[in-house]
Amino acid sequence: MSVAIAANDPLRVPIAYDEEVVKKFTIAAMFWGLVGFLMGVFIAWQLAFPILNLDLEWTTFGRLRPVHTSAVIFAFGGNALFATSLYVVQRTCRATLFGGRAMGEFLFWGYQLFIVLAASGYVLGITQSKEYAEPEWYVDLWLAVVWVAYLIAFAGTIARRREPHIYVANWFYLAFILTIAMLHIGNNVALPVSFFGTKSYIVWSGVQDAMTQWWYGHNAVGFFLTAGFLGIMYYFIPKQAERPVYSYRLSIVHFWSLIFLYIWAGPHHLHYTALPDWAQTLGMIFSIMLWMPSWGGMINGIMTLSGAWDKLRTDPILRFLVVSVAFYGMSTFEGPMMAIKAVNSLSHYTDWTIGHVHSGALGWVAFVSFGAMYYLVPRLWKRERLYSLRLVTYHFWIATIGIVLYITAMWISGIMQGLMWRAYDQLGFLQYSFIETVEAMHPYYVIRATGGTLFLLGGLIMAYNLWKTVKGEIRDEQAFERPIPVAVRAAE
Amino acid sequence: MASKDVDTITGIETTGHEWDGIKELNTPLPRWWLYVFYATIVWSIAYSIAFPTWPWLSGYTKGVLGYSAREEFSERMTALDASRAAWKDQIAAASLQEINDNPDLLEIANAGGHVVFVNNCAPCHGTGAVGRPGGYPALVDDDWLWGGTLDDIYTTIKHGIRNTQDDDARLSQMPAFGADDILTAKEIDAVADHVLFLSGQRPDNAEGAQIFADNCAGCHGEYGHGDQAVGAPNLTDQIWLYGGTKQAIVNQITKPRQGVMPSWHNRLSDEEIKEAAVYVHSLGGGQ
Repeated sequence: MSVAIAANDPLRVPIAYDEEVVKKFTIAAMFWGLVGFLMGVFIAWQLAFPILNLDLEWTTFGRLRPVHTSAVIFAFGGNALFATSLYVVQRTCRATLFGGRAMGEFLFWGYQLFIVLAASGYVLGITQSKEYAEPEWYVDLWLAVVWVAYLIAFAGTIARRREPHIYVANWFYLAFILTIAMLHIGNNVALPVSFFGTKSYIVWSGVQDAMTQWWYGHNAVGFFLTAGFLGIMYYFIPKQAERPVYSYRLSIVHFWSLIFLYIWAGPHHLHYTALPDWAQTLGMIFSIMLWMPSWGGMINGIMTLSGAWDKLRTDPILRFLVVSVAFYGMSTFEGPMMAIKAVNSLSHYTDWTIGHVHSGALGWVAFVSFGAMYYLVPRLWKRERLYSLRLVTYHFWIATIGIVLYITAMWISGIMQGLMWRAYDQLGFLQYSFIETVEAMHPYYVIRATGGTLFLLGGLIMAYNLWKTVKGEIRDEQAFERPIPVAVRAAE
Repeated sequence: MASKDVDTITGIETTGHEWDGIKELNTPLPRWWLYVFYATIVWSIAYSIAFPTWPWLSGYTKGVLGYSAREEFSERMTALDASRAAWKDQIAAASLQEINDNPDLLEIANAGGHVVFVNNCAPCHGTGAVGRPGGYPALVDDDWLWGGTLDDIYTTIKHGIRNTQDDDARLSQMPAFGADDILTAKEIDAVADHVLFLSGQRPDNAEGAQIFADNCAGCHGEYGHGDQAVGAPNLTDQIWLYGGTKQAIVNQITKPRQGVMPSWHNRLSDEEIKEAAVYVHSLGGGQ
């Protein structure tokens, strides 16, 4: 029986998909999400009130910051990507997971082990000091094993699909898995000092090391936090909106242009450094060209609601998904703009960068994951619906206000910081000292930490809601957003 | 596909495929999207012709504008140095008093001294030079530990206080009257009362006055006015380094804390130290 015949088979026999693994990854995403948000909130308050470093080496900002970044990117985001990708690939290929249950178990526990090894190392001061690639060599090796298994499971499932074509979400997931494998290995080529010691040295040195690091670092954003989550978007928005994807052609063109252009954009992290001018220019122009390919994803996400805009009023889950795409659009405009050298000379090393990252991380990555998880949990646990849609609405607004506080505070403090650093008086003296810029940022640090606290509060509401849903409870409530009855709508 | 599948709401054809219930519309690329994309590509090509961009095995395209970040940097630094050169030489040649007496030089020295101060001194003395609790003196008043003349301040900055790096650092040590069993707890209590009397906050007591005369007056003076030659603080002005409560004074007599300041002449140029001295002198209490 050929694949084509199977696809046209009118009987379409129901398939027993491997959903245990998806459940586990979903729970892990929620758990690590809360850990990561909590860490972020804590270190944000540390910046405003340094006494919270507690004078203990394990709780200083320097050690907890990578715990926060790794927890939200790799533990929360990673588990959300595992959960959704393994769910989506099986259903859109009408095939069960390659490797079956054993593969699922290995991927799940293997990945959790990676997270625990990495995080415990950070707290104890074991780090190779490469941003977003802090784990030492033994953790890197383990992750490489797990990641290759992930690639085999994912590609294997696609290979035995019963659909003639590969759905667009799977292109993005596959690009993400493949590229992360390459980036992870390329950036972590290290020589351990001893077999039984944790310390190693990266083989790249000097500006080559910096370039490799930001080739990795930027594409961790491009492929982990963008391509992977576009995979989520391409499945869960059409499903939740119950509408077809806006444009197949746009999906092809923006996929290939995104994949091709992203990989060159890393040098914009090294403007005005020892990196040669030509590499800086390349990083900048590829970032500029990346603007529209990124927006292609935004257009396809938002325009998929054509003919279903009214659902935004009544469906808080869809609202999470669509607002996430709006944040994606905003961040992917801001990113190319900040890659322009003239803008970068002001924004680099300031809090503006932190604000930019968080409009993407909180607004795009987290919101699209929240939407997907709200979609997944009732279906995975075979519940009629979520425990409470009102709580989803609360979560949405509390988290949105948190993000707005966060990013506006960082824009203001970042631009202020950049302007203060470069201010000269009429005699040619620097106008401000570093410590004066730090003092000036204090109120914005407090606002930022408040925004983060709201975001964490939203996460706690979500965890409660999902937990109740898993338990099978349904809250007796009237949703905030009621569909307008047809008669009223006609009269308007 | 044999039959065309059309989305009823938008009236647009689908591609005819379906995955887990998801279809895709065959909407063409949005024109504005495509043209903006082309525009960014055209702009990028133009930029890559203008600036250094394309590498080959042994070099790279220099760009028609001949831009180089290193050259730009050194040009700017040269320009900055040139703009400072005129007054820098004058500051170097003039004495502290000459700088202080020349309004033009004073303005420059104050501006430069401020920069030196906030980047080096502010972590202890505060950006406004108001000091910090715990032994970091305010520099805006006329209560000087080691002297408030231009030369005194210059020397203090240049060599520091009680540090181990500089043989010329200012040096003095108050004995630990309690910790080393020079005085009993009762005697310390009495002399602390006398110290408070010196600033008019307690009635005097004969025992304390006698102990003070025997043990403290050598440095702090008969009437507690201090001695800047040895950095002994004035005890009559209600300005305290380590707190003015009875308990704080008892603690200080029992086991004194004594401030340390680094020597700066290895980190700052002589002009910078001069500027900082003039700046600190100008803050309000210069003598």
